[in-house]
Amino acid sequence: MTKLHIETEINGQPVEFLCEPAQSLLETLREELNLTGTKEGCSTGDCGACSVLLNGRLVCSCLVLAPEVQGVPVTTIEGIAEPNRLHPIQQKFLEHAALQCGICTPGLIVATKALLDETPDPSEEEIRYWLAGNLCRCTGYDKIIRAVQDAARTMRGEAA
Amino acid sequence: MSQPKQFKVVGTRPIRPDGVDKVTGRANFGADYSLPGMLYGRVARSPHAHARIKRIDVAAALAQDGVHAVITGADFPRVGSEEITGGEGGGDYADLARNVMAREKVLYHGHAVAAVAAVSPAAAERAIAAIAVEYEVLPPVMDIETAMAPGATLLDEHLFTQGLPEKPQSPSNVAQVMQIKRGDVEQGFAQADVIVEEEFRTPTVHQGYIEPHACLATINEGGQATVWCSTQGHFDVRSSSAKVLGMNVSDIRVVPSEIGGGFGGKTTIYLEPLAILLSRKSGRAVKMTMNRDEVFRASGPASATLSRIKIGAKQDGTITAMYAWLAYEAGAFKGSPMMPGAMCVFAPYDTPNFLIEGYDVLVNKPKVAAYRAPGAPQSMYACESLLDELSRKLAMDPIDLRLKNAVKEGSQAAYGPKFNAIGFRDCLTAAKNHPNYKRPLGKDEGRGVAAGFWFNAGMQSSAEVHINEDGTVTVIEGNPDIGGSRASMALMAAEELGVPYDRVRVQVADTESAGYTNVTGGSRVTFATGMAVIEAARDIIRQLKQRAAATWGIEADMVDWEDGKVIPKPGVNADLKPLTLANIAATSARTGGPLLGRASLNARGAGPGFSVNLADVKVDRDTGKVDVLRFTAIQDAGKAIHPSYVEGQMQGGAAQGLGWALNEEYCYDANGVMENAGFLDYRMPVASDLPMIDTQIIEVPNPTHPYGVRGVGETPIVAPLAAAANAVRDAIGIRITTLPLSPPRVLEALDGAA
Repeated sequence: MTKLHIETEINGQPVEFLCEPAQSLLETLREELNLTGTKEGCSTGDCGACSVLLNGRLVCSCLVLAPEVQGVPVTTIEGIAEPNRLHPIQQKFLEHAALQCGICTPGLIVATKALLDETPDPSEEEIRYWLAGNLCRCTGYDKIIRAVQDAARTMRGEAA
Repeated sequence: MSQPKQFKVVGTRPIRPDGVDKVTGRANFGADYSLPGMLYGRVARSPHAHARIKRIDVAAALAQDGVHAVITGADFPRVGSEEITGGEGGGDYADLARNVMAREKVLYHGHAVAAVAAVSPAAAERAIAAIAVEYEVLPPVMDIETAMAPGATLLDEHLFTQGLPEKPQSPSNVAQVMQIKRGDVEQGFAQADVIVEEEFRTPTVHQGYIEPHACLATINEGGQATVWCSTQGHFDVRSSSAKVLGMNVSDIRVVPSEIGGGFGGKTTIYLEPLAILLSRKSGRAVKMTMNRDEVFRASGPASATLSRIKIGAKQDGTITAMYAWLAYEAGAFKGSPMMPGAMCVFAPYDTPNFLIEGYDVLVNKPKVAAYRAPGAPQSMYACESLLDELSRKLAMDPIDLRLKNAVKEGSQAAYGPKFNAIGFRDCLTAAKNHPNYKRPLGKDEGRGVAAGFWFNAGMQSSAEVHINEDGTVTVIEGNPDIGGSRASMALMAAEELGVPYDRVRVQVADTESAGYTNVTGGSRVTFATGMAVIEAARDIIRQLKQRAAATWGIEADMVDWEDGKVIPKPGVNADLKPLTLANIAATSARTGGPLLGRASLNARGAGPGFSVNLADVKVDRDTGKVDVLRFTAIQDAGKAIHPSYVEGQMQGGAAQGLGWALNEEYCYDANGVMENAGFLDYRMPVASDLPMIDTQIIEVPNPTHPYGVRGVGETPIVAPLAAAANAVRDAIGIRITTLPLSPPRVLEALDGAA
């Protein structure tokens, strides 16, 4: 099977890779590019563990074909923190103990970034519906919602 | 404990040591490991729920490009019957061997029949499709009543019911029966003013961990294997894989990855022996992962149950007799959690007369695995629902009814021992006084109360405390960190050593680098491994005192340990300056060598965990949908080492229990094929389904733990089932006795009553 040559930008860096036409972006990120921070929970778009941003838009990378990212910038969990400094969303997830096992955490952080970049002051209901595509089986979501609310406050420049 | 211990760092809420790696994507989970030249393994699975395997032809698969190895049951050694110990679920190694790879029969849809290793996931998938299996299809046995009926189709023609007074004449699908009793239950019912009786059903449900099973294995030409995998117990992966493959334990090294949820479901093995065998056949490393469909169909869910409960009481609420008939589906092989379910069902109540009967029943579903307080949610859902009916019949507050009969210190537990200090009454009183118990309810809204219980486990743990050259501390232990346990270990080591929390780092080490340690399960880690960490810290403190005394040239009994320093005993040698950890570490080569404290133990005296939950729901009478308005979880933690992660256990258990109560179930067609093997149709709670979950931690110290810890991980899932069911009953005035209380079922009940 002939592989396709794809050029794009991942986490701000130019990237080239080869992929099969039917290969998912998720598999390509994990198995070809060693970006294993993006997790596979279902491969059917139901759990959100593989959430990434395409041109700033939240998608499940299991539902995107790798060739589709030709020329479309991709942000994964590995691109959320600045060198040596966590993003406020990451920091608040830690402070609020908003993770237990941590497998859903990368997807939730990417999804939260997509929310807060567009909606700096979401209501609890908006947060709950926005994150309804990201399954967490450990926390019951309570501490996640509080972490997102606190991160939003920090990103708006308000004191905690 | 005579008086409450004063803590410095225990009870605070610092950031977990493994946190940064988990919010940045650096943490490696089961599927995140790779090796050069690695192959991808896939499993061919049975399309039938029950069939005899007549023939397997793998030639076409082997002939494909990129396929390096194919294995079937014929490649595995024969494994004799032997009970599995050390894990959390019951079972037998002979059954485990047949569960990981079918031999003569397939016993559930999705049962492994062959596996391949190929150069890519796609090539492996194509090879699987080319494997030809000829089956003689047999009728599937899909529920308890069918399985127990006279003349039922048998899963295993050689299985004779155990636990009967005499060996039965003919084989059966009932693997085991059990009985626990006290007093005279008939006489107890004769003394009752009021008797309530009901039959309850719970469905097959899945733990629903978000990370599918995954491993990477490699074995060299000398027969020595290394496995990286996501597991709750890497020592059990080692011993089970060794049994299934006929290898020596010392020839398998298991490195635990970070674990993406388990809830009991990752206390056994599925892929690991297959990957080792494929690696042996191909000469290459082999990575295997399940997809979500396989996780549902072929890993171990929790038992569906049928329970019949009868309770008798005096008019003042005093319970005179309790009876339970409990049947648990084991799935394809014996070993449901019938025993713990039966031991828990009446555990919170002090009654002179009871009889509990349990049945372990084979059906053509995947072999069940442990799921958080295995067996207790099902049986206690039934009992706590019926107690709700009793409180209505007696016109008595449901908390008062429970307080009237609640066990306390010194009560004889229904399952045997006398309770030590326990917090059940404290939880009930806290619930009664909670503001959420007094909030007014609106139209179509209801409130439910229920209690939960779990024994909690001790078992074997090892720990090492290393004092590094600069006086910082490294703790080595052997329990995969499934929910923040590294933080708890670091807090306990810091407390004991008197050093700041962030000077202590905790490593979960592989089977060759940590002492033997039982599974992360049974709510045992903070209790038992925590005890090992505390003992290892005390061991190193003894050594530090000796080193300091030797440095000073005085006797070791002339020094004390205080706030991370060795000091001379008061009154003598007052001129000696205290020696810190860093001081002693810097000169350790001259005072006797490296500073290493150790402990290995079999922890006894796990403190039982009790909880009380309050659920407020609103029922939509047009759709049957149940919305949870408020949820309050109250639980005795003994001592909360890191309160945020204790709350997290309570909140997570509440969410899982609510899913079990309201939506989750395996739906099967007439052929025994699961129809909803995906997260779209197996409906676990999402963020928009739930409110904030209020928690209240009660602390009645466990007298057998140095800090008073009792396990907290499992108890939280027990009470929500009945709390939600009782709330729905309160809202609509109808008792629905089958879970889940999904919209169609609630609507049917409403329509039936109209």
